[in-house]
Amino acid sequence: MNSVLYDAPGPRTRLITLITSIVAVPVLAYAAYRWIYLPLDHYHQFDGKIWAPIVNPGNQYFPMVWDRWKVGWLNTLKAAGLSIVASLVIGSLLALVRRQLLELRMFRMSPLKRIGLFGGRALTRTWVEVWRGTPVVTTLFFVFMVLPIWGVDFDDRLWFLVIGLTLYNSVVIGEILRSGMDGLPAGQREAAFAVGLRPWQTSWLVLYPQALRVMLPSLISQVVVILKDTSLGGLIISYEEALGVSKQMVEAFHRYNIDIGIPMYFSVGVMYIVVNYALSKLAQYLQRRLSKSGYKPVEPAAATLAALPEESAAPTL
Amino acid sequence: MEVFSDKLDVFWNGFLGTVQMCLLAAVGALILGALVAVLRISPIPPLRAVGTAYVTVFRNVPLTVVMFFAAFALPLLGSDASFLKIPGLRDIIKPLGTDLPYFRFATIALTVYTTAFVCEALRSGIGAVPLGQAEAARSLGLSFTQNLRHVILPQAWKLAIVPLGSVIIAMLKNSALAAAFGVIGTLMGVVDELVSQEYYDAVPVFLGVAVGFLILTVPLGLLLDTVERAQKKVATR
Repeated sequence: MNSVLYDAPGPRTRLITLITSIVAVPVLAYAAYRWIYLPLDHYHQFDGKIWAPIVNPGNQYFPMVWDRWKVGWLNTLKAAGLSIVASLVIGSLLALVRRQLLELRMFRMSPLKRIGLFGGRALTRTWVEVWRGTPVVTTLFFVFMVLPIWGVDFDDRLWFLVIGLTLYNSVVIGEILRSGMDGLPAGQREAAFAVGLRPWQTSWLVLYPQALRVMLPSLISQVVVILKDTSLGGLIISYEEALGVSKQMVEAFHRYNIDIGIPMYFSVGVMYIVVNYALSKLAQYLQRRLSKSGYKPVEPAAATLAALPEESAAPTL
Repeated sequence: MEVFSDKLDVFWNGFLGTVQMCLLAAVGALILGALVAVLRISPIPPLRAVGTAYVTVFRNVPLTVVMFFAAFALPLLGSDASFLKIPGLRDIIKPLGTDLPYFRFATIALTVYTTAFVCEALRSGIGAVPLGQAEAARSLGLSFTQNLRHVILPQAWKLAIVPLGSVIIAMLKNSALAAAFGVIGTLMGVVDELVSQEYYDAVPVFLGVAVGFLILTVPLGLLLDTVERAQKKVATR
């Protein structure tokens, strides 16, 4: 992408690159051997005994391990799917309501109503700042510990996870959509008013659909965040998602004096990478398709060094 | 509500612990992130591959997994992260010098995780520099390093401030996870200490913890909004 920063390599650069690579590979390999392989091997981390339950179908524990992972991943996907849908719906509502409250300012109204309007704006703003500024860990733990005290209890811990993730992510998604609507060319809103649409019709029929499209990359990276955050469920509220079942299995094996911590967490880490990488590739694909036709989110003047579509999404954790 | 009059010092210590951990991780992640960003844009393909691999791995793995790894693998690699017991620094940031390694492990995990996002933020700053700048620099005959040092980076760091800021805010919030790995003396650790062990009412404790985080995140967010608006104004002028 940044090829504009340097020339295409000539023969000399190619030679230097080749030599550095040839030198670097053994050096890196030796470093990995010396500082990673040897210490891990010293603690028998490469023994077949601890890897067999994961990689050897003949092992007695193999079916159990993969069965648990299947359960865990299904639960992860269930929690992520529900949280994503709920966050999108509630986030959209929030964005539309906040826009509506902003638009209503220009109407004539009684002082009492104006105070109400101001209160509404302050309330939604506070709601957004509070849930956006608090860590998901805290929100999740709060939901899990306090909702039952307040009489809201569920048999399935899934719902605590979904509520906790939705509280945080609906607000984030709402803000993404709202800034998407604000960022559209002013002419869109003005034209909608000119043909006689009400403010909420303007937001819902004209601005919202375009914002969804423009903000798709950010939305998808938020979806990745939601999927990653489901892993908090296993740790904090003992929900049986992919990481949670891995943790359970590590503890179960530990009782038989088999320490499979490293193989287990390594494997589940790889699975997360595969799933999330696939998701972000999907995001790139969608963005390429959208950029071929229709409205272009970037002003034509801004030709920049940025080339990769994934980077236009603000990095979120 | 009596928890606030009784245990204000616990909240305060937790707040300080979180601030200390985040300062360390922020400095570490900014330095490492800059290095990885340089790797990712370098002309040498193997270096680029290393940078890309790093970012792909840590962007797609949950922080929870990274923390598990730090807690499991670092002891096996024969390290209790005692290289972080830097003389002088460990007197200011007390948890660094303790015998229990959990604070150091959590800081390392938070740092290596955030590094990937810092790298992407810096890269988005570099990517936002107008194309003509790099082209002009090259047509003047500047090399890759000269081009970066004199033309691209001085402009890129300003454009990277806003994305870097959101990375730091996210890191502040992610630091809450450390408490789940046995790190005591952070904001989220307060919940464990006061609710699980001393049976204080959960609601006010959570309120206090949330306020602690909001004190850190909200002003930073507002500041970033202001910077962003100011930059937009300059750009459209």
